[in-house]
Amino acid sequence: MADEKRVIVVGGGLAGLAASIRIAEAGMGVDLFSMVPVKRSHSVCAQGGINACNDVARQQGYSEYQHFDETLIGGDFLNDQHPVLEMTNWAPKIIDLLDRMGVPFNRSSEGFRDLRLFGGSLFKRTHFSGATTGQQLLYALDEQTRRFAAEGKINKKEFWEFLWPIVEGEGENARCVGIVAQDMRTMQIMSFRADAVVMATGGCGLVFGKSTNSVICTGGAASRCYQAGAWYGNAEMIQVHPTAIPGADKCRLMSESARGEGGRVWVPAKKGDTRKPNDIPENERYYILEERYPKYGNLVPRDIATREIFDVCVNEGMGINGTNQVYLDLTHKDPEYLTEKLGGIMDIYEKFVGDDPRYTPMRIFPAVHYSMGGLWTTYTAGDYKPEKPIGGFKPGDPIPAGNEPGLGLAQGAHNNAMTNINGLYAFGEVNFAYHGATRLGANALLSCIFDGLCNGVSVVNYVREGDQTPVSQLDQGLFDSATKQEQDKHDNLLSSTSNGTGDQKLNPYQIAFELGEEMNAASTVVKTGPRLEKCLTKLEELKDRYAKVELGDGAMWTNQSLSFTRSVGDMIIIGEAIAKAGLLREESRGSHYRTDFPERDDEKFWKTSVAKFNKDSGKTEVEFVEVKAGLVELRPRDYGKTASSAAPAKKETANA
Amino acid sequence: MSEAEAYAYDADMRKANRKKAVAGRSVIFKIKRCDGPGKPSRWESFKVPIETGANVISSLNWIAANPVTTDGTKSTPVVWDSNCLEEVCGACTMVINGRVRQSCSCLIDEYAPSEGDVMTLEPMAKFPVIRDLWVDRQRVFHNLTRVKAWVPIDGTYNMGAGPKESHDHQQMRYALSECMSCGCCLDACPQFTKEEDESKWDTSFIGAHAMSQARYFNEHETGKELKGERMDALVGKGGVNDCGNAQNCVKVCPKGIPLTESIGAIGRSATMHSIKQFLQGKK
Repeated sequence: MADEKRVIVVGGGLAGLAASIRIAEAGMGVDLFSMVPVKRSHSVCAQGGINACNDVARQQGYSEYQHFDETLIGGDFLNDQHPVLEMTNWAPKIIDLLDRMGVPFNRSSEGFRDLRLFGGSLFKRTHFSGATTGQQLLYALDEQTRRFAAEGKINKKEFWEFLWPIVEGEGENARCVGIVAQDMRTMQIMSFRADAVVMATGGCGLVFGKSTNSVICTGGAASRCYQAGAWYGNAEMIQVHPTAIPGADKCRLMSESARGEGGRVWVPAKKGDTRKPNDIPENERYYILEERYPKYGNLVPRDIATREIFDVCVNEGMGINGTNQVYLDLTHKDPEYLTEKLGGIMDIYEKFVGDDPRYTPMRIFPAVHYSMGGLWTTYTAGDYKPEKPIGGFKPGDPIPAGNEPGLGLAQGAHNNAMTNINGLYAFGEVNFAYHGATRLGANALLSCIFDGLCNGVSVVNYVREGDQTPVSQLDQGLFDSATKQEQDKHDNLLSSTSNGTGDQKLNPYQIAFELGEEMNAASTVVKTGPRLEKCLTKLEELKDRYAKVELGDGAMWTNQSLSFTRSVGDMIIIGEAIAKAGLLREESRGSHYRTDFPERDDEKFWKTSVAKFNKDSGKTEVEFVEVKAGLVELRPRDYGKTASSAAPAKKETANA
Repeated sequence: MSEAEAYAYDADMRKANRKKAVAGRSVIFKIKRCDGPGKPSRWESFKVPIETGANVISSLNWIAANPVTTDGTKSTPVVWDSNCLEEVCGACTMVINGRVRQSCSCLIDEYAPSEGDVMTLEPMAKFPVIRDLWVDRQRVFHNLTRVKAWVPIDGTYNMGAGPKESHDHQQMRYALSECMSCGCCLDACPQFTKEEDESKWDTSFIGAHAMSQARYFNEHETGKELKGERMDALVGKGGVNDCGNAQNCVKVCPKGIPLTESIGAIGRSATMHSIKQFLQGKK
């Protein structure tokens, strides 16, 4: 039966919906806040698929345990290990559940769920629904949410923007008891009580200007929690996806499944070759990834593919016609096969570029895609405790005993996926725990749904079993002052409209543009200490300008400019955490590549960076803490790179 | 010219425009604006420099940063709904040059290749305007609830795999599942009219969108458990019988969903459903 205690979930993507469904199913009321109708959440953009061990792969020597091991290598061992183990163990069950919900997973000729290859694995373990898997999974959860909403168990508040977590107490006793939110249409600001709050607000791609992310992925919500005292883990770990279509408004993702289905990345072997791609014969093409990584070829993890494409274009100047673009080629595949397996992304490319990728190689370049970092969370480890960490697991090795589902994480422990603030949880992309220094393709959908289903139970247990005072009994004053704090911020921004100096430097869109340019240049594919220092100086300048920002719209009704402008201030603060953690991490690991510190330095930096916001100075402070490991031993991460990686191309270039 | 020919012509024209698009040109955006419900509408024009690959979104972004009209008046950023910008979320739907579509996939090169060409932007016609180009499409989602557009699973606990499905059947369902509830099919439908009174939504014409989704769930092994309840909603007032067969829906669907086939299938199910009810003495 429903009890009077309620949970607020902020964000209606896969993580938020999975959490809402799980919590509502347990009989607890859910208020679900989202800036967009939940069916339009950013999860809809995910294309390639969702990883899980399956019966076929299992008989070929694959296992949940190897999926776990791959995820750690992919993340360059910066992942929290226990949650990852639990996640990969749950994966097959999650696929089954989605299947029962009616997700139209692609089928083999015999009617079983079809599988495809994806980066970081030599086994087919990616389940998919065309090339719009995220859309299909989101819709399935959206439909179940609609069903609960029709039964009155989930109260959807769409077009409401999260403004602030309401926190009582300090330090270890800090506890989240509700949120302040604003109706984006009427502009009404209100406080809402909740016995627990789940943040499921995704990544912060817009901090980098043009990215593959959706318009709402500003990181604003996470930044507000951070400024309210929540810690932020591994901020510097930002994934740059190797294959995106550069555009005027955003970079559109070209799924890794294009490579999983046989797509090959190449440039003309001869620098400055102006022939059309189809006119360049096979032996005059330089297949970048296949030559540099013969074992994994085009299916190396994303950070590696990105750096190699960047290297070929920026360092060697071998991009197509001297531009920063390379070919992603599927023209050797049967067009009908491509339509069936990749139709969604074939259409996107054709619509936005005008060429049909079934017949003309696509032109792509890397773009910011995913935030491995996010709100720092903790957990209680389960009963699986190997005597010592397992080293160098290989396909076919006996699977360590005692790591069955339920033994990675202590099921339902109150603190699973909880931030350092009691009762404030972080699920999905905004949770830093799962993906370490690089996320493997098709693991994101999994971690989002896993968080909701597994750790949704932790939220329920915390609310039901915890000894904290029920939120309904707290004094109204706390909530009123939180509303007032946000109303004051809002009114200040609104009154800036009348300043009207017309100084372009105080235009919020200009400030956001410069933030994106700076973060992209300083803190993505290749980083250096001096460049990051310069970036931090620039961010200070932007902060000063933002303090005097002038709003272009003074309307009291549906003021989108105000919402955007408010988030720009929050984006600068997250940008600072990203740049500062990146500056202090003096090593290269996964997506974080420092030319001044090109090697992984396990001694000093096999550590999680934890950013804390100093409320007095308004600045980020970073400390490095031990990674929660103990299950798998560290080992090098090279994906079988050949020693003389770029040799053939270099010879060609030298002769040219 | 047949409808198919008109479409081929449209595609050819856009391709040709793309080829002849002039670099460095400016285009006039004529935008229908409205400050809020009950407020009058007005037109404002903005001159926007067009960069390579520009679409309606990047143009509206440019206007947001430089909101000055062609007659030099300082205005405000235009309000519109958007999210993914990849034509998979459905948010940024509006009426562009008289036709309803997503604004993200609307490339300026294809419609306004020459200096001074005009693009007109208007809000969708069948939904109440919130502000400028942003409309309230809550009714679209309400209609999904009306036809119980979900699979009635027992719960989220582990119960093994779902029903097995043939390759061809999956392909058929997948085509329907790409619907992003954008509302293009409703905006273009002569039978679907604007209805601001929520209490009338359950008896107003439901449109192609929810009928196609009803078919999608009727086609699922577990989803069909609710087929009877879905058909109860669709044989009643505002159901399939209100379809006037104009077939505009299928023409404007950005995902190429076979909407008229769906309406046909629902029509046949409705007949069967009514006969069954008659024989059972329910009606």
